[in-house]
Amino acid sequence: MKIHEYQAKQIFREAGVAVPNGIVADTPQAVGEAFSSLGGKIAVVKSQIHAGGRGKGTIIEVPGQRGVQLVRSRDEAETVAANLLGHRLVTIQTGPEGKAVHHVLVEAACTIAHEFYLAVVVDRAAGSPVLIASREGGVEIEHVAATTPERIFTEPFDPHCGLRPYQIRKLAWQLGLPQESLHAAESFMCALACLFLRHDCSLLEINPLALTADNQLLALDAKMIFDDNALFRHRKLSNLRDLAEEEPAEVRAGEAGLSYVRLQGNIGCLVNGAGLAMSTMDLIKLHGGEPANFLDVGGGANVQQVTEALRILISDKNVRAVLVNIFGGIMQCTTIAQALIEAYNALHFTVPLVVRLEGTEVEQGCRILADSALNIITASDLTDAAKKVVAAAKATAATEKS
Amino acid sequence: MSILIDRNTRVLCQGITGRAGQFHTKHCREYGTQIVGGVTPGRGGQTIEGAPVFDTVAEAVEKTGADATMIFVPPPFAADAILEAAAAGIRVIVAITEGIPVIDMVRAMQVVRRSNSVLIGPNCPGVITVDECKIGIMPGYIHRRGPIGVISRSGTLTYEAVWQLSNVGLGQSTCVGLGGDPIVGTSFVDLLRMFQDDPATEGILVIGEIGGSAEEEAAAFVAQHVSKPVAAFIAGRTAPPGKRMGHAGAIISGGKGTAAEKIAALEAAGILVAESPAEMGATMKLAIEKRA
Repeated sequence: MKIHEYQAKQIFREAGVAVPNGIVADTPQAVGEAFSSLGGKIAVVKSQIHAGGRGKGTIIEVPGQRGVQLVRSRDEAETVAANLLGHRLVTIQTGPEGKAVHHVLVEAACTIAHEFYLAVVVDRAAGSPVLIASREGGVEIEHVAATTPERIFTEPFDPHCGLRPYQIRKLAWQLGLPQESLHAAESFMCALACLFLRHDCSLLEINPLALTADNQLLALDAKMIFDDNALFRHRKLSNLRDLAEEEPAEVRAGEAGLSYVRLQGNIGCLVNGAGLAMSTMDLIKLHGGEPANFLDVGGGANVQQVTEALRILISDKNVRAVLVNIFGGIMQCTTIAQALIEAYNALHFTVPLVVRLEGTEVEQGCRILADSALNIITASDLTDAAKKVVAAAKATAATEKS
Repeated sequence: MSILIDRNTRVLCQGITGRAGQFHTKHCREYGTQIVGGVTPGRGGQTIEGAPVFDTVAEAVEKTGADATMIFVPPPFAADAILEAAAAGIRVIVAITEGIPVIDMVRAMQVVRRSNSVLIGPNCPGVITVDECKIGIMPGYIHRRGPIGVISRSGTLTYEAVWQLSNVGLGQSTCVGLGGDPIVGTSFVDLLRMFQDDPATEGILVIGEIGGSAEEEAAAFVAQHVSKPVAAFIAGRTAPPGKRMGHAGAIISGGKGTAAEKIAALEAAGILVAESPAEMGATMKLAIEKRA
């Protein structure tokens, strides 16, 4: 689960990780008031969306307006806020349609001596949490990693003890932090590592991390992603979820216990198992089609889930054909066949449906589909299924054009 | 011969009184697995599917001589169940549970690594040594006894692969699901080493997916230490970056963990990589014929 920068900074503040003074606002007037109460001299207005690259991103409706801007007067703060709020911000991570800005964070500007990069993640290969740091802050860390990997320092730490002071001193030295900032670095990084463990984060990222003129460390940005599997023990954090930031179909799928990711193609797919679902997308592409989604109905899907899954697939306006690919293990092919027929009858199905069943009770399952007299195209194997669904999607698209 | 488990393996089920635990205990027993008992705290003294239920793993081990366990305990308590099994000296721990918090697994693995236990999973279909012992949720009947070792991060995709292998006349020795989580107990490398040393295994099929670097590590290991033919498939060529594809571990993050990188690493190690998921069986066959 992702949260907004302003929410992450509130958590940082409570945990003793230093952040600039800031106020979140959702109207230009409130932004103006925030500007004044922060000192009224110079501030930064930052769009709050769940995507990176905001500083370089632009507002669709107001060409030239960036997603993050320095302002020097209350009037300017309000003008910028009016440009941002209620409008769509396009960044390298949002796609061309952008994301609507509903909140901005107004923050006191500070004097920066140097910008660093700091993050905490779980290193999968090492099986350990790790702090990642670099002197190259405020730029894309992927770029630094690709071009100058020697400028990135990593420090794995114990998941029980947290990051130790000696590890922080080592990092501070590697990063070239001045001796005068050492005390601030110790409390800052120690609190950050602790926060990561205590809140079950999957990512904590500060880019940039500022070293101020008076040798303090300050998180100018804050990105927090939580482990969805651990949210059951963090009720308060769950309340921070912003459904407006998520793809509505993905939210709906999640509520039905389905794993769904929307893509750009026109062939909907419904599969059991994540690996098989990814492979089905790959197979469609290999045979000249474009998958419209990833959808895993899971190991024990019932009629309601299959119906909801098909409903989500055909509510995607791009979809021109649907492929159901099931390898029945625990889930029997007869169960899925009956569920498909019920769903087909319950929904207004206007696109071709190709079904490939294999595994437990496959003959009976196929017979149920054949006996249904519904317009379902059955396939004998994976390749046959892919060819049939790609052809069906092309035929549907061609009919629409003529 | 085989790896990890065989007809002599004595298996417990942790979470045997739950719906899934009970269901799969029955199916494993029907396959021929020696299910010697189950564990559910507070339910000791009951009998489920003919197996005695104990309150603790230690007691179950003492009374039954169990040396393997399959875990169906709900996610909040699953890491504890793994640690309990390791503390009781269980040799092979198979964790089926999906949805265990990553930090729980990071902490549990610190202990498991120092123990004598092998952990398979979590979030995996389990392990099967064909015609001898099934510990997990895979459909037993699709397997045919034979010379291929299968290692996979997936569930149904593994069944698909096994099905294809059986159809091209290649039976399997042992099939292992590593699990779809970011932190799993056993890696491709650990199992490649075991299969390389197993006289019953003549070829190895590796099924990977996007996320992490386990396939790249497998490729490097194969190049150095595996003389048997290896074939592979990687799922997720069309997966977009930054999105979790069902499995908690299937995510391209920071531009890393793409299918293209993994395929390139495997091919550079001389491994035949199936382009289509429909050709996993055929590619394994080709790898063996090429070597012959």
